[in-house]
Amino acid sequence: MPSLQRVQKPTTRKGKKILLAKEPKVFEDVKKKLFLTGRKASEVLRNCSKDLYKLSKPHAVILSRKNDILPFENIVPVENLCRNNDASLFFFSTTNKKRPNSLTIGRLFDGRLLDMVEFCINDYKSFDQFTASIPAETKPCLVFSGELWEQSQELAKVKSLLVDVFRGEVIDAVRLQGLEHVIMFTATNDNILMRSYQIQLKKSSTKLPRVELENLGPHIDMVLKRTKFASEDLMKRACRTPQEAKSKPKKNVSKDALGTTHGRIHMGKQKVGTIQTRKMKGLKKTAAEKRVARKSKKAN
Amino acid sequence: MDILEDILQKEAKKSEKYKTTDVEKNVELELDLGNLLALDTNDLNLQELKSHKEKYLLNLARDNTQLLLNKLWDLPSERREDIVVAKLPAGTLRLPREKPCPKPKPLTKWQEYALEKGIKKKKKTNAVWDDIVQKWIPRFGYKKAELERQKDWVLEVPGNADPMEDQFAKKAEKKKEKVSKNEFQRLRNIAKAKKIKVPKEGLPSVANPSSDLLNTAAKVARVSTASLGKFQPKLPKEKTLKENVIAPKRVKRDHSKISSIDEKSSHLKIIDSILGKKPKLDIEKAVNRQVFQEQHERSEEKKTQKSKGGKKRRKTSIPSKARKGGKISKPRVGKVNTKKGKGGVGGGRKRR
Repeated sequence: MPSLQRVQKPTTRKGKKILLAKEPKVFEDVKKKLFLTGRKASEVLRNCSKDLYKLSKPHAVILSRKNDILPFENIVPVENLCRNNDASLFFFSTTNKKRPNSLTIGRLFDGRLLDMVEFCINDYKSFDQFTASIPAETKPCLVFSGELWEQSQELAKVKSLLVDVFRGEVIDAVRLQGLEHVIMFTATNDNILMRSYQIQLKKSSTKLPRVELENLGPHIDMVLKRTKFASEDLMKRACRTPQEAKSKPKKNVSKDALGTTHGRIHMGKQKVGTIQTRKMKGLKKTAAEKRVARKSKKAN
Repeated sequence: MDILEDILQKEAKKSEKYKTTDVEKNVELELDLGNLLALDTNDLNLQELKSHKEKYLLNLARDNTQLLLNKLWDLPSERREDIVVAKLPAGTLRLPREKPCPKPKPLTKWQEYALEKGIKKKKKTNAVWDDIVQKWIPRFGYKKAELERQKDWVLEVPGNADPMEDQFAKKAEKKKEKVSKNEFQRLRNIAKAKKIKVPKEGLPSVANPSSDLLNTAAKVARVSTASLGKFQPKLPKEKTLKENVIAPKRVKRDHSKISSIDEKSSHLKIIDSILGKKPKLDIEKAVNRQVFQEQHERSEEKKTQKSKGGKKRRKTSIPSKARKGGKISKPRVGKVNTKKGKGGVGGGRKRR
């Protein structure tokens, strides 16, 4: 049942629906992304933002104006902008002499900062530099290569952030022919390389298809700079799933070796003494039964 | 045997034609099929990464994607709206939500009562047929007010009611009261849900109340009696505000019916009151002024005497009655008699 306990209630039905959409839900929608610029923009960052926006359309908003914000010093203006646009992921791009081409990716929980990571983009290749293309709103396959993703604590958290950013919609079934996009993140000691490819399924001798990849873009070479992660407490609270979302295992159902499903039903104790037997039509003797009874009686 | 060999040869040729879908890896990939995610913890070939970066990355991606898709093809499939889809399991990677879990809203007073009594909401249709106007009158929403007015073009005066009463005004008043009562109950439910304590009577208390708020609170308190504040004793400085009392309707004067004598006398009265004004004497104010003046003079004297070096001090005494705001016979200006009064100004000091 919707919440909407306000002293001043919305006057129009449309306004009411918009407010209800912003309320917390059991199963959440796709996280909306906000792209914004800091004091100074650069061409690389502008292209990068544009391409990532194209990947995330329509669940993304680009703010064109420059903002005098420094996220690592004061995150509150970013939080306010995200709240106004109902976004929970932000991409903040600035460039200065000390940190050229820096892109800060962060996420919010309950309108407050959860964690954010600053990348410095060394090399960038946009969509336009490649010929391949994919339809809009395709859910990508994500691949993380390199043992550092597991070994390093920091990179494990960065991985969680990157999955959250690029995951897209949470789905329960996928059309196998429609898996067209794959994004790979490779972690080396110095940098993180993001490569994005188009999947082409070719015929093979087996039932499984042969995978061939084509360069799609964007290709980003980035270096991990500053990070600000959430405390264990806050992360735990953010990852909590509501009772309604938890899948309850079905009890008393089993499958045997032949594949037949067996189930156990528990019946309550039957009150034999108080079973209704009078005036029950089902227990009445049919005409045929009566005839048989009469005959046996006569015989006796 | 020949047939078997033939078949095997054919298969070998076939597999040669197509590229393999197997991938050899030292360490198995960690797959999270629910999120279409694969984690490859094998060591990277750093040399190749340096020399042929893009080619190496492409091949690596291809291998990993092949392994991921191989696993995806093994999933059970079903048909949804003419499309064959593979059912994905739930994702294993725990990602944070964007908003906290929705909290169950506490039931309102009516909802609790309805639950207790087993009252279920009956769905009513919007339009109601009215025989008199021969139209469908909506119960709420667009064009309700207009059609209701058409329907209620006449209102019957009930048997026991005053024939001069405005039934339409009465109806409008009732509706107003209903709406405000509903609003009050809605706010009460919200306060209950947010656990804000609101007093049963009167206005809720505020940290720094303004004078308007205090006036409103006083008014509300006055009217909160059974007789709606009619018999409340008046506070000493309380103004009988016209807003507290429902003023009787202003009777319009019919100027043609006043006699000339009456008119003359009323006009003269007005003139007298304007011109014959006598000044009012506020005794307290006068006394306070006097006291201040004398004190001021004393302090001036002291200063001048100090500068002169004299030690003469004059006592100014005012009869204590006057000091305390009683009557004085003469307004005194300038220096005062140096009489010893009952504890004059300065505490009755001895003359030195």
